[in-house]
This record gives sequence, structure tokens and C-alpha cells, in this order.
Amino acid sequence: MTEWIISILLLIGGSFVLVGSIGLVKMPDFFMRLHGPTKATTLGMAALLTAAMIFFSTTQSGFSVKEILISLFLLLTAPISAYMMIKSAIHHKLDSIDRTQGKDNIEDEL
Amino acid sequence: MRLETRFKWLPAPILSILLFFVWLLLNNSVSAGHIVLAVILAIVIPLATSPFRTKQPLIIKPGLAIRHLFLVLYDIITANVQVAILILGPTKKLTPGFIKVPLDLTHSMPITILASTVSLTPGTVSAEVLPWSESFIEGEGSEQRFLLIHVLDLKDEQALIDTIKQRYEAPLKEIFQC
Repeated sequence: MTEWIISILLLIGGSFVLVGSIGLVKMPDFFMRLHGPTKATTLGMAALLTAAMIFFSTTQSGFSVKEILISLFLLLTAPISAYMMIKSAIHHKLDSIDRTQGKDNIEDEL
Repeated sequence: MRLETRFKWLPAPILSILLFFVWLLLNNSVSAGHIVLAVILAIVIPLATSPFRTKQPLIIKPGLAIRHLFLVLYDIITANVQVAILILGPTKKLTPGFIKVPLDLTHSMPITILASTVSLTPGTVSAEVLPWSESFIEGEGSEQRFLLIHVLDLKDEQALIDTIKQRYEAPLKEIFQC
């Protein structure tokens, strides 16, 4: 039974991380590329870490809680790294694709 | 808004409690040696870093904060599914855009939390807080601030601004009472 739960969680996590990476390749400009890794991967990693937590709690003696800490740190750092990347992209005036709306919002502030 | 108070030997009590539990979780044990080490770290690290830290507002309504946390966690799950659908769908149909959300929050801590939740929830990544000034860290200055957001698939700008303000900003204002 636990094997089933672990496998399903691993599959869900793996597919979300895969979708995030596909987004990184498929999207046309830098700003849209950022969306895949910041979001699709947080849930993917959470599912993978839950699977790891269940696996180590059932196969080894004692309860494994380190994984909660990893997902907490991921939730804290993912938005901040995305923020730093998009901020530097704006200051380097990276091109966004032509149909981007509200471009004047970033231009008049720099 | 109430700012946290400072004691001489324990500059940040909440940070100390957090450090204590993080150390025990990292080591995955509650043996006596690790508890002693955790107490030492929980006292020394806040003391060493307190000159760099600015006073942060206190959480005045903890119950509401926990409810807001679960709402955000639920939104993160739906956001992941939505963004996955957008990524796998046709790229040509996406209409990206930059929007400015006017902020009512004043302090750096609530604004950071808001920016992070915006980054983790459907199709939006926060890009910049405008206008930047040093007084912003202390929560002073009265000019209107904006949160610049990049949206992956912008359909209705005003509706999105209203959602962010009502769903994420209003609870934060209530929690920190600012």
C-alpha cells in the first residue's frame, strides 16, 4: 500500500517538474520562461519530498521530518530568486515579445 | 501596527524559537546535546545579526494568519495546475503583460510576504516595488507604492488587481494591523 502511495507521489512530482522544464524551453521570452520554474516546480518538489518522507519513515526506524524543512526553504527561496532574476532582467532591458501588454509600466520607471 | 519589542539578551524571540526548532529538525533528533546546542544557537545568532535587522511588525491576529497560510497553500496547488495547463497549451494564444498593483501595505515585511505569495500563485511573478527609497524599509514616507507584476496570461487587468488586493492584501493588512 505505502509503495503505491510513494510511486503515485513520485509520478506526480516528476511530471510537474517536467512541465516546469518544458515551460523553460518552450516559452518565447525570458519573462514568460520564469513562470515555469517558479510555480510548476514548487508543487513537484513538494510531492517528491512527501514521497521521500513517507519512504524513510516506513523503511527506517523513527520519523523523518527533514523534508518538511526542505519544502519550507523552497517556498521561501523560489519567489526571492525569481524576483532577483526578473529585476535584473528589467534593468538589463531584456526584450519581451511584442504582444506584451503594459510595457510602458517598466519603461517609465527606469 | 505594533513593532516588535527588543530585549537586550533576546533581540528577536520569535526568530529564536524558529532557530531552535530548525536546528532540531535539521538533525532529526531531540537528544540532550542537540537541545543544548539549539539553545546556544537560538541565543547567539539573533544577538549577532540584530544590528542588521530592522524592527518588524508583529502578527496581531495569529488565527487569521494560519487561515491565510492554508488559503495560500491551496492557491499554490491550483496555481501549479493552471500554469501547467498554460505551459502545455498553445504558446501563441498567451497574452503576457506587466501590470502595476497599488499597495496599501507600508512595511517591508508585509510587502515581502505579499510579493512572495503573488510569485507563487496563478500566472503572476512580482518584479519590482516602485518607487524605491530608503525610507521604505522603515515603513516611513507617504507616497503611493506599486507592485510591478508580470502576468503570463493577462485577460482582465482590473479583475486581477482586485483579486490580488482582496484575496492576498486585505488579510495581510488585518494580520499586521497596518
